Amino acid sequence: MRRVHVAILVGLGILALVVLDRVQSDPLNPYTAPPMLALGSGLPATGGHCAAPPPPLR
Amino acid sequence: MTQATAHAAPSSAPGTLVRTGVLALVAALVLAVALSAGPRAGAILAIGLGFGLALEGFRFGFTGPWRRMILERDASGLLAQLLAIGIVACAALPLLAANGAELKGAHAPIGFAMVGGAFVFGAAMQVVLGCGSGTLVNAGSGNAIGAVALPFFAIGSFAGAYHLSWWTSLGSLPVMALDGTKGLAITLAGLAAIAMLAIRLGRTGSHRLPARYWGAALALAALAILHLVVAGQPWGVVYGLGLWVAKAVVAVGGDLSGSVFWSAPANAAQVEASLLTDVTSLTDLGIIGGAALVAWWRAGFASPVGVLPARGWGAVIVAGLVLGYSSRLAFGCNIGAFFSGVATGSAHGWVWFIAAFAGSWAGIRLRPALGLEARK
Repeated sequence: MRRVHVAILVGLGILALVVLDRVQSDPLNPYTAPPMLALGSGLPATGGHCAAPPPPLR
Repeated sequence: MTQATAHAAPSSAPGTLVRTGVLALVAALVLAVALSAGPRAGAILAIGLGFGLALEGFRFGFTGPWRRMILERDASGLLAQLLAIGIVACAALPLLAANGAELKGAHAPIGFAMVGGAFVFGAAMQVVLGCGSGTLVNAGSGNAIGAVALPFFAIGSFAGAYHLSWWTSLGSLPVMALDGTKGLAITLAGLAAIAMLAIRLGRTGSHRLPARYWGAALALAALAILHLVVAGQPWGVVYGLGLWVAKAVVAVGGDLSGSVFWSAPANAAQVEASLLTDVTSLTDLGIIGGAALVAWWRAGFASPVGVLPARGWGAVIVAGLVLGYSSRLAFGCNIGAFFSGVATGSAHGWVWFIAAFAGSWAGIRLRPALGLEARK
């Protein structure tokens, strides 16, 4: 087995993820997407990040 | 990160026409993402590709340099990491101070679970010889250990996030972050102090950075600053991996309402939304793609895959799960907590570094016992 075979398997895994995402997720709308740069956009920073503190326990 | 690629036969390298075609295909893919998910999504994917190109192209990472510092007293890789973080801090801290609403730092609380998670992450990253970014790069470049570890890393990341609120409730301090000019001065002084310690403990001459380390440090720093400006948040890895599994769980009828984390409005909305709207998913996919591109360009895909005993593969799977789980408890991996945390002034980034470095020392000694390398 060579690295190319491993890379192909990884690529197929990503393809499966993208297909699953396409089927399951809300449709994309580029016209409501944020501007290219967050800096200067006037919009608050959003989006998940691993360092973001979690919500408190209920 | 993929040493074997350096010895690949050049005869199997792709021709100019094929290379041009593949580069055009990659550019078309980025454009397609920009057209379907918006220009920011396309730009973040392109930055992710840049990270992958830089990490694999310069054969730079976080696990290997720490291993070489511990085993060989070679300080050069660690110094390159500190240099990159320092450059990012010089841009990020003033940007955050002036644009606190549009940009956010990688700021997290220090706590029992955070410190323990960082220690365990440091140990596990030495077991698989891949950290957060390293596992993505290794998987993209056809490294079987990285490819096997990656899905389990993602599952662990999902599970760690699932339980994160409980772990954090065990005890943590308020979020502490340095900011402004004073914060930058303290951050640079801290980085300089660690660099001095590394030079003092390192063997003679290891303070000199080879050209590829200079290239890696400068490229990663430039890309990380660009990432902050474009995405509004610093470079991160593990949130996206957990999100992939959360989406898969929902797709097979799973219910995430039992998790405080995944049922929180922002995270629940992200599970419903496309991955192409998630910053860390885009950079993660870009890193895998960029690493694959470099490996293919160098004809590194022709190299044979290494063979491990069954116990070794078992250890890789467990280590992958542990990497993902512990990185959520630690509020990030080497990228989200160490690189971005320190560069944006978070106190947890410094604590993460100390705990993970101690964990790396333990993890290096675990590898022979797990059948991953010969006993000495």
